[in-house]
Amino acid sequence: MELEDLIALTEAESSQHAEIEIRVCTAAGCLSSGSRSLISALEHAVEDRGLGDRVGLREVGCMRLCCEGPLVSVNTSTSDGTRVPTLYGKVDAAQAPDIVTSVEQGRKSAEALHSIDPNGPFFAHQKSVVLEHCGIVEPERIESSIALGAYRSLHRALHDLSPAEVVEQVTRSGLRGRGGAGYPTGLKWATVAKMPPGQKYVVCNADEGDPGAFMDRSILESDPHRVLEGMAIAAHAIGANQGYIYVRGEYPIAISRLDTAIRQAKRFGLLGSGIFDSTFNFRVDLRIGAGAFVCGEETALIHSIEGLRGTPHPRPPYPAESGLWGHPTLINNVETYANIPVILREGADWFAQIGTEQSKGTKVFALAGKIRRSGLVEVPMGVPLREIVERIGGGSPEGSSVKAVQTGGPSGGCIPAELLDTPVEYESLKALGSIMGSGGMVVMDQDDDMVGVARYFMNFCMDESCGKCVPCRAGTVQMHRLLDRIERGEASHDDLVTLEDLCDLVQHASLCGLGQSAPNPVLSTLRFFRHEYESRLIEFSGPPSSAVSSDPR
Amino acid sequence: MAVKTLSVDGQLISAREGQTLLEAAREAGISIPTLCHLDGLNAVGACRLCLVEANGRLLPSCLTPVAEEMDVQTQTDRLQRYRKQIVELLFAERNHVCSVCVANGNCELQSLAMRLGVDHLRYEPQEPECEVDLSHERYGLDHNRCVLCTRCVRVCDEIEGAHTWDVAGRGTHCRVITDLHQPWGDASTCTSCGKCVMACPTGALFHRGSSVSENVHDRETLHALILAREEKQWLV
Repeated sequence: MELEDLIALTEAESSQHAEIEIRVCTAAGCLSSGSRSLISALEHAVEDRGLGDRVGLREVGCMRLCCEGPLVSVNTSTSDGTRVPTLYGKVDAAQAPDIVTSVEQGRKSAEALHSIDPNGPFFAHQKSVVLEHCGIVEPERIESSIALGAYRSLHRALHDLSPAEVVEQVTRSGLRGRGGAGYPTGLKWATVAKMPPGQKYVVCNADEGDPGAFMDRSILESDPHRVLEGMAIAAHAIGANQGYIYVRGEYPIAISRLDTAIRQAKRFGLLGSGIFDSTFNFRVDLRIGAGAFVCGEETALIHSIEGLRGTPHPRPPYPAESGLWGHPTLINNVETYANIPVILREGADWFAQIGTEQSKGTKVFALAGKIRRSGLVEVPMGVPLREIVERIGGGSPEGSSVKAVQTGGPSGGCIPAELLDTPVEYESLKALGSIMGSGGMVVMDQDDDMVGVARYFMNFCMDESCGKCVPCRAGTVQMHRLLDRIERGEASHDDLVTLEDLCDLVQHASLCGLGQSAPNPVLSTLRFFRHEYESRLIEFSGPPSSAVSSDPR
Repeated sequence: MAVKTLSVDGQLISAREGQTLLEAAREAGISIPTLCHLDGLNAVGACRLCLVEANGRLLPSCLTPVAEEMDVQTQTDRLQRYRKQIVELLFAERNHVCSVCVANGNCELQSLAMRLGVDHLRYEPQEPECEVDLSHERYGLDHNRCVLCTRCVRVCDEIEGAHTWDVAGRGTHCRVITDLHQPWGDASTCTSCGKCVMACPTGALFHRGSSVSENVHDRETLHALILAREEKQWLV
């Protein structure tokens, strides 16, 4: 394949556009609320009315407003040639004929349908960079991706830029790792690129496991070619010829679409040998995780790809120096790779203008919990949390008020409502004892009990601890027991002290990030909602129930 | 061979390049507690007892190579507090009852507890249901005493080359297993060499028939064996 072929494909695909395009979300959320039967109902309705040549039915990815799923978007060309999108939510298969009738007659919406304003606050305050094609592109058809510009940046990287220039672009863009820790991506790439030539690997971490997080899942299900393109660009930049996408087994739709995407890209010569008639070879394989949270930690992930037990080992050596089978390995998160094609397309400076001084670009969040509008949200870095929770998400439902926002999943913390003006940046969230994390955002209202929330996350970490190091394996169990006792009102002040001591130990002495961050939900709720803990403590008389009688055994 | 000089607990010591902090400190007569570490086996940094503070960072000394002008503290209050907590957590994790243990008086966990002054537990014992595997004709496995140091796993893999042992499960449900979780006696890869029993720091792996305090882990033989393999010479 050459650039001309790409352009020809793009033109062929664009000319196929039907007068009326009906797009149905087939990401996991909408599929689970019935978009599959809706699609077949729409097919029948189009057929019944003999509209096959005027209406194009497209199976696309996430349209973001997940709480209103299944979502259907209808694009009708008006007389002046502009396309007017109409968005319908909570569409039932029985309403398929209504949709087809309304688009046929050129009416904006049928009365029975629940129409959503595409310029409403949920969409208006977002900025799409990573998700620019989500909900538009058909994830199972590479032609649809190519028509929207996929693999153009890879072509540019291979023919117009040297590997060093690609790394320089990424460095200058200021992109930081979207997996949560926020390590400068350009620096990571440069480190691997500087390792002596030889076997190197590119790994995409798609082992998203935080409760309440579905960003990576949505990207993979909606626009898999963007991730593949980002990985290929990275491989060219660092000198790798083999990539792995480590995706969790709980994401069957993402796995199947990635598999399709890889096969299609190979068929088009966009992956494999001699890509774009260059000397660059890049092969991508999928590795399916068996469902261990710890395998999102990079050293554990490497062990798992190697076929070993998924346990972490202390760093250094970092994977950049010694990763898969001892070779230099670049590991980035799904969203990080998804940012790469657009950085090359629009330029590092364009990207660096978005966001703040320390945190550039946008961030995708999975907004969930006690909130009116939940779903996938992409905003520029630096917007206040309030913008996401209240303007985009619409605040808590009728009769309740936002109490706290949990960011970063089990590694993060709870930020109280009075601090909602905190800008979304790596440093500012860290200063509050939380983290950006991969982007899970769970809103809590006044009915939520913060001790219960802390216990929930501790339970998660306890179950997901790999068991290798003692503080994480045994410490989280004891912390969970203490939290459980506090929640039930059976703990004393001494127990709270023991809990805080354990937080200190597990945070500082654990081997990997799972253990080191496990106390965060406890520490942040203790910091902002300490009264909820203290109000339940009991005055005890006699020895504390937790202590074993003085017995050195 | 390059030599590095560094300071450990305020004392200047020299070490060979590539040595770990633990090795260098021990050579200089500074003792750092360990549990998962055993000379001759690959270090895993799992028990976290050998953590030291170096230039403000907490590092596992068994895995950290020495570096020039490193300033290492091995006995700070904070480290001692952590070590005590770790030992208490281990005691609370399984059913360790020294008075009826085959390794009583010859147990590294017990000595650590005495050395660190653990005279009571702040944590609620988990009291898990642990099995005892007596299917092997010569040895026994008591999960109640296991601290998951994985010395048995490593010695079997790295020294004996059989890889009979491994770890199954995760978190607190981790258990050392033989082969694909068969009873030890049915594990076809086991050569009955007994190196795992020699390596075990507690009474988890023992010689069948030994009673309270009777099971002595023969570390000397094991070390001689490891040394002989490394140096390719057999001691007579």
